[in-house]
Amino acid sequence: MKRNSAYIKGIFFAIALCFGLLAGFGQNGVHAFSNQVIQKGASGDDVVELQSRLQYLGFYTGDIDGVFGWRTYWALRNFQYEFGLEIDGLAGGTTKEKLAKASKFDKAWVKKQIRSGNKFSYYGGVEKSKQTKSGTAKGGTPKGGAGGGGQAKAKPAQVKPAKNIPDGYSQNDLNLMSNAVYGEARGEPYIGQVAVAAVIINRVQSSSFPNTVSGVIFEPGAFTAVADGQIYLTPNDQAKKAVMDALNGWDPTGEAIYYFNPDTATSGWIWGRPQIKKIGKHIFCN
Amino acid sequence: MIRTILIVFLFVAVAGTGYWGYTEHQEKNAVLLQAENNYQRAFHDLNFHVDALHDKIGETLAMNSRNQLSPALAQVWRLTSEAHNDVGQLPLALLPFNKTEEFLAKMGEFSYRTAVRDLEKKPLSDKEYNTLKELYANATEVQNELRKTESLAQKNNLRWMDVEMALATNKQPDDNTIIDGFKTVDKTVEGYSEVDFGPEVSNMMKMKDRNLSQLKGKEITKEEAKKIAIEFFELKKNVKITVEKSGKDAKYDAYSLTLYNPETKGTTYMDLTKKGGYPLWVLYDRNVGKTKISLNEAMLQAEDFLKKHMDSKMEMVSSDQYENIGVFTYARLQDDVRIYPEVVTVKVALDNGDIMGYEGTDFLLAHQDRNLPAFEISEKEARTNLNPKFQVKEVSKALILNDINEEVLCYEFLGILGNETYQVFINAENGNEEEVKKLKEAEPSYNEI
Repeated sequence: MKRNSAYIKGIFFAIALCFGLLAGFGQNGVHAFSNQVIQKGASGDDVVELQSRLQYLGFYTGDIDGVFGWRTYWALRNFQYEFGLEIDGLAGGTTKEKLAKASKFDKAWVKKQIRSGNKFSYYGGVEKSKQTKSGTAKGGTPKGGAGGGGQAKAKPAQVKPAKNIPDGYSQNDLNLMSNAVYGEARGEPYIGQVAVAAVIINRVQSSSFPNTVSGVIFEPGAFTAVADGQIYLTPNDQAKKAVMDALNGWDPTGEAIYYFNPDTATSGWIWGRPQIKKIGKHIFCN
Repeated sequence: MIRTILIVFLFVAVAGTGYWGYTEHQEKNAVLLQAENNYQRAFHDLNFHVDALHDKIGETLAMNSRNQLSPALAQVWRLTSEAHNDVGQLPLALLPFNKTEEFLAKMGEFSYRTAVRDLEKKPLSDKEYNTLKELYANATEVQNELRKTESLAQKNNLRWMDVEMALATNKQPDDNTIIDGFKTVDKTVEGYSEVDFGPEVSNMMKMKDRNLSQLKGKEITKEEAKKIAIEFFELKKNVKITVEKSGKDAKYDAYSLTLYNPETKGTTYMDLTKKGGYPLWVLYDRNVGKTKISLNEAMLQAEDFLKKHMDSKMEMVSSDQYENIGVFTYARLQDDVRIYPEVVTVKVALDNGDIMGYEGTDFLLAHQDRNLPAFEISEKEARTNLNPKFQVKEVSKALILNDINEEVLCYEFLGILGNETYQVFINAENGNEEEVKKLKEAEPSYNEI
């Protein structure tokens, strides 16, 4: 079985290579990629091109979503291995050159697919029109075209420009926290907003509070912004940035799990908590 | 004629207003009742779960056979988590009830650890049996107190909405039975805070007691802190600096500095430890423009920065681009072993490569001169303990904190299974699988389309 699949792979690469060479000859003066070295974690147009070209050659089978994630990383390393390049998972000068020579990239078409939210793939040797379906349709499996057996598994993948989110959290956690931070501290300096976000995270990790972001935020009476509905205001970019920093590990509060505004605090109990520091209008305590 | 019309009109208006007011009132009551019902449900659930918890702990005390004990302890674990969940739904945030919550968490941890242990090989020790006994006694008291509160609340038709009101407006809630009841519960639990849960659970809590006393260097003054900051950022004189000392109860004694640069209109925030003047964290707040440099160039900036400010050798363990910001995490490298507890994070602006932030609290807390023991088993032996379907791509050596917060030396395997990438840590001493982590791919963006 193993040998068999290696054999198929071999044929597949040979075909891919032929195609690549053809493509290379077909294009005069390849204008591929910008000058940057693309590394894991990056996002943007260059990554879209990298993924498309790797998919064209059959190395990359994931969604072309513009984020250099693990699947892109392994695909790139496979490519570097097969083409006898240094295997470092970085798309630098030589790698990009080889890749550009070996594959085609129809920038306008790919961009259009992404913009319109279509499910699409970009395997070499399959007619493009067969590789795209508008966003809502369930992806069918188009038969491989003249390209030969290797490409037959081409299947439209769902695509949307993706986003990096810090480990352990989802985009929706990020949004919920941004709402809470904006509602609680929109008049505060930037650092005060990071601090409020950090308190939410510290509470999630503390054993005396609920263990989820939503549990902490919606704990009855925990946040005034939740009680009076200000949490449902639309947060601005600064609040989102602050939450992002807190999720990435910044904690200006020194591990505080409470804070209060000394001008409006009604509970006497909160004044008795051991105080750490004051940031903006809020006093943070343990 | 006009008079009649006017009278009719007024009558209709009054009747209309009355009807409108009545429906509004009805709706408001319905909403209040809904909230009240949610609280009642959580409250009675809590009572039920504490009752069941008490019984279950009692049963574990009487049990002898091990194949009975494990499931019973697992039940205890589940019930503590349910009870914890119930507490989170009650309006107790303004009430000191955290001792009870912490106690529930510890009890859960203890029962989980014991339940998943192979009790045939390592039966319950006398000490653990005593711990269980103490837990039982405590659960008895908590149960009694809660039952009393529940029955009084039922008898007098007490409403949680009133509790919420009383707490929110800070009327001295002297005669509120529910509040008193919960306060008593927390006091009871406090009396049991000395229960010895064994090394596994207390290790969990040890993270909280970490401090910076092991740092080298002498205590610095405010003026010295300013000087350090000026040197750190290579600042010119026109920058406005304010320094504030942390409060007396701060876990880490530190100076908080705010630096305002009128030229760039950017503000930099920074915390320096009082002892030794090490930077805990730095955050630079300014508007970041369009992405102009690559993540790779930004990484070089971050590495330059670390070389300038840190003596230790650091290795990058993750890099991520968040729109126009690059975030890089580095772990210390010693004898080719990645020391994962000692990590720093650096944030770089992708418009011009400015360092936007640095976070080194974890590094300062965990950093020490380590004597790494030799790896007892070879990489090949370690590989035999991996899932056979797991396809290894990269191998490195690492020191990690395992799930009970002990430092263990491991082989780190990075590889794929299906379409997913996993990080697997195999103990380098006994070949145990210490941790398996699924590495996340980027999420599709739901907002933008």
